[in-house]
Amino acid sequence: MGEVIVVTSGKGGVGKTTTTANVGTGLAKLDKKVVLIDTDIGLRNLDVVMGLENRIVYNLVDVVENNCRIRQALIKDKRYPNLYLLPSAQTRDKSAVTPEQMKKLADELREEFDYIIMDCPAGIEQGFQNAIAGADSALVVTTPEVSAVRDADRIIGLLEANEMKNTHLVVNRLRTDMVKRGDMMSSDDVVEILAVDLIGVVPDDENIVVATNNGEPLVGSNSLAGQAYMNICRRLLGEEVPLLDLNARNGIVNKLASLFKKN
Amino acid sequence: MKWTDIFKKKSSSNVAKDRLKLVLVSDRANCSPDIMDQIKNDIINVISKYVEIDTEGFDIKITQVESEENEGTVPALFANIPIKDMRAPKNK
Repeated sequence: MGEVIVVTSGKGGVGKTTTTANVGTGLAKLDKKVVLIDTDIGLRNLDVVMGLENRIVYNLVDVVENNCRIRQALIKDKRYPNLYLLPSAQTRDKSAVTPEQMKKLADELREEFDYIIMDCPAGIEQGFQNAIAGADSALVVTTPEVSAVRDADRIIGLLEANEMKNTHLVVNRLRTDMVKRGDMMSSDDVVEILAVDLIGVVPDDENIVVATNNGEPLVGSNSLAGQAYMNICRRLLGEEVPLLDLNARNGIVNKLASLFKKN
Repeated sequence: MKWTDIFKKKSSSNVAKDRLKLVLVSDRANCSPDIMDQIKNDIINVISKYVEIDTEGFDIKITQVESEENEGTVPALFANIPIKDMRAPKNK
């Protein structure tokens, strides 16, 4: 039986879709069978981040309204053997789907996939209720800013009220230089405030923008963000992975320096 | 930031943290100032049945306290109720 994970945040623009794409692709790279579901009806985005926008025929609403079978709507990502996307509808709104229908869909996909990852829309209205309806656990994404942390706290409260069993926190877009200067909250600060289990810290990384431009998730690449996302995937699979040293640079000098440090 | 500022100002991350802690207390309590006022008046009415209290000095607030059961903190309602006279007011 597969696990259904919802990626949510409350506030928009903190990296839900990027996190969904990278965690999903990462789990597929680790040989899990994964389906990503874009539940943001009317504001479809996961397809472009994944680089699959040209292959959409049917969408989530078509499946729910029985215009097609689930199989027909799933887009297979040819770069990975076990990765599929169920795109959202662009011309409908959130009320086109109910939480009961989402739960039924999630339960059907559970039979076949190891991980079903729901990309939740921003906000706490019906789109949020739809996305969390069938989920077993939640990844709450936040950035170290007051507005994002406040919304994350609200979302965590709502997840608790909806009896979500497992809630993990992803602190996204952390800038270590600013944390050192005392001009950005650290991941420890955010965890202290939200009192929730931290599953990963993703640094602010230009490579994310490049990866999104190209429609290729960077998880597993040599970049810091790529490594951070892969670590989140390993932790989801139950591995104990220490937090990434975000001060590390990829340059040769730093690699040499780290060699000497280890010895 | 000038170097002299180090001695004057808190870092902006600490300002953010403190502001968040405060705003989350009221967010989590889901209490508007109106409801806090109603709670305050109801408490005054109940206590006044038994003792005479100083309504001027009366103060209630919601804060975070360490929880023994689950790790972390939980919200708690603190009421500071100065008593004027331990005997019950006769006219009520």
